[in-house]
Amino acid sequence: MKKANTHTGFSKLVYAVFLTLPAFILAISLSILALITYQNNHIADVFKPKPPRPATPVLVIPEPVDGIRNGMDMRTGLIADDGWEMVRANCTACHSAKLITQNRQTRDGWKEVIAWMQETQGLWDLGKNEDLILDYLAKNYAPEAKGRRARLQNIQWYVLKESKN
Amino acid sequence: MSKEKSRSIEVKKGDISRRGFLRNSVVAAMGTLIGAPIVFSENVRANMLPLPFQQGDPLKELGKDPALIVLNDKPWNIETPPHLLDDEITPADKMFVRNNGLLPMETDAGSWTLTIDGEAVREKKSYTLDELKNKFKHYSYQLVLECGGNGRAEFNPPAKGNQWQWGAVHCARWTGVRLKDVLNDVGITDQAKYIGYYGKDIHLSGNPDKVVISRGVPIHKALEEETLIAFSLNGGPIPKLHGRPLRLVVGGWPASTSGKWLSRISVRDRVHDGPKMEAPSYSVPKFPVEPGSKVRHEDFKIIESMPVKSLITYPKSGAMISEGEKLEIRGHAWAGDRSVKRVQYSIDFGATWKEARLSPPPNRLAWQRFRATVEFPQKGYYEVWAKATDSAGVSQPMVVPGWNPKGYLNNATHRIAVKVV
Repeated sequence: MKKANTHTGFSKLVYAVFLTLPAFILAISLSILALITYQNNHIADVFKPKPPRPATPVLVIPEPVDGIRNGMDMRTGLIADDGWEMVRANCTACHSAKLITQNRQTRDGWKEVIAWMQETQGLWDLGKNEDLILDYLAKNYAPEAKGRRARLQNIQWYVLKESKN
Repeated sequence: MSKEKSRSIEVKKGDISRRGFLRNSVVAAMGTLIGAPIVFSENVRANMLPLPFQQGDPLKELGKDPALIVLNDKPWNIETPPHLLDDEITPADKMFVRNNGLLPMETDAGSWTLTIDGEAVREKKSYTLDELKNKFKHYSYQLVLECGGNGRAEFNPPAKGNQWQWGAVHCARWTGVRLKDVLNDVGITDQAKYIGYYGKDIHLSGNPDKVVISRGVPIHKALEEETLIAFSLNGGPIPKLHGRPLRLVVGGWPASTSGKWLSRISVRDRVHDGPKMEAPSYSVPKFPVEPGSKVRHEDFKIIESMPVKSLITYPKSGAMISEGEKLEIRGHAWAGDRSVKRVQYSIDFGATWKEARLSPPPNRLAWQRFRATVEFPQKGYYEVWAKATDSAGVSQPMVVPGWNPKGYLNNATHRIAVKVV
């Protein structure tokens, strides 16, 4: 009897906690909403009507497992040096990391790219992260001296078989 | 036009940071919790899978030869190695891709319409795809489309953007109706100065109000016989990556003037002012500048006809042959609005040049085949260089031409490495 009573007491407790769960979720949702509102100072936009929905179903993309090998982030190809995560977070939201890794610029050059993206492409204000991002880019993706014309590089030698055409 | 302007003015700094904030995946997850819409996120996510998440080979999925080089996967920018451009008519799977935005969701030919509007039309008019096909005569042309930034990778100091090497060029056969026939049917006024296209691609930010790219050409180029509103490529439908179901095709000019997913053409009474018409996009300094210098926007001019150029498409660079063996080389040469009058090759770094055999183009604005049989005097390392000269006597430079801030128009001679062993 005593044992059963204890059990019932415990179940009640669990049940009570369970009852508070929706309220708990609501509270979290509201705080997130508040956070967004705070960030934007503009609550109306959160309730802005949706743009027309695309006919194609939205694909759910599983978040990849990140990994760094040989000093490089395997997911993006970014050099895993100080600040790379900041670069990934801010730059690859819109475009591929390849647009970074294939380019070489001085700090000023990278700064111009950022300004251009802010003026024309909808890039947000990077705040104090801009310095970190610029340091990272200027260090890891700096111009190389290559003269008026580089020598032919990465030649893959192969034996040419006679071909008719 | 004015509508777009007002829209872009409305985009304030605060909006920009909000969008960025909302787009972050953290917030996407929050959105699910709240059940509130995450503005634009479906566009951004569904349309563009970053490379590592794509199943199988993305190039294969895109209908591309697996040997093509992906420069950028968001948006797609894919270059073709020169030896894969050996076909007389470039097949679709070997055509380079230069997209500025994300692929449109819907490219259904059945419901597609083309609207002609602008200050210089008598009245705005729309056609369904079927009406275009039925009402106007069809023409087919082989047309060179080359990215204005082809060869950018060689500029020093480096220019920003996709680092194209040689292969941002193709010459496929397009079929469609002449833009001039359609404009005649609509009726244009003597105020017509320029045309500008609009397509259905989606801005990288996912914002449906933002036009990705809207370029165009002066009316004289628009009214040329070879300027097509194309619905077919190499006898088949236009692949989605290349503008299905309708594409404006302007041969010999930067390929960015050939608008994909074409839905509207505005006949303007001024130089078209859509996104990427403004300096420094697809523009070069009006006068030669020192490498690395800053150029004021008012000192830029819009690129028109592309310069003379050639590619050695056979053999692939790196060929090893035996001593005494002759080497057959071949490739293509083109010169924007002009034709190519000669192609020469050198095996001694430009000290001496020999003539290649050059074929006439199948039609105006198509590339021309050249061939040569090359003999080497002894064993060793050689480079075969090709140099084309256009109908006005202008040749390709042997070093990278005049530096310009955005790295356009590099038409330096193409080189392949050959070893005689």
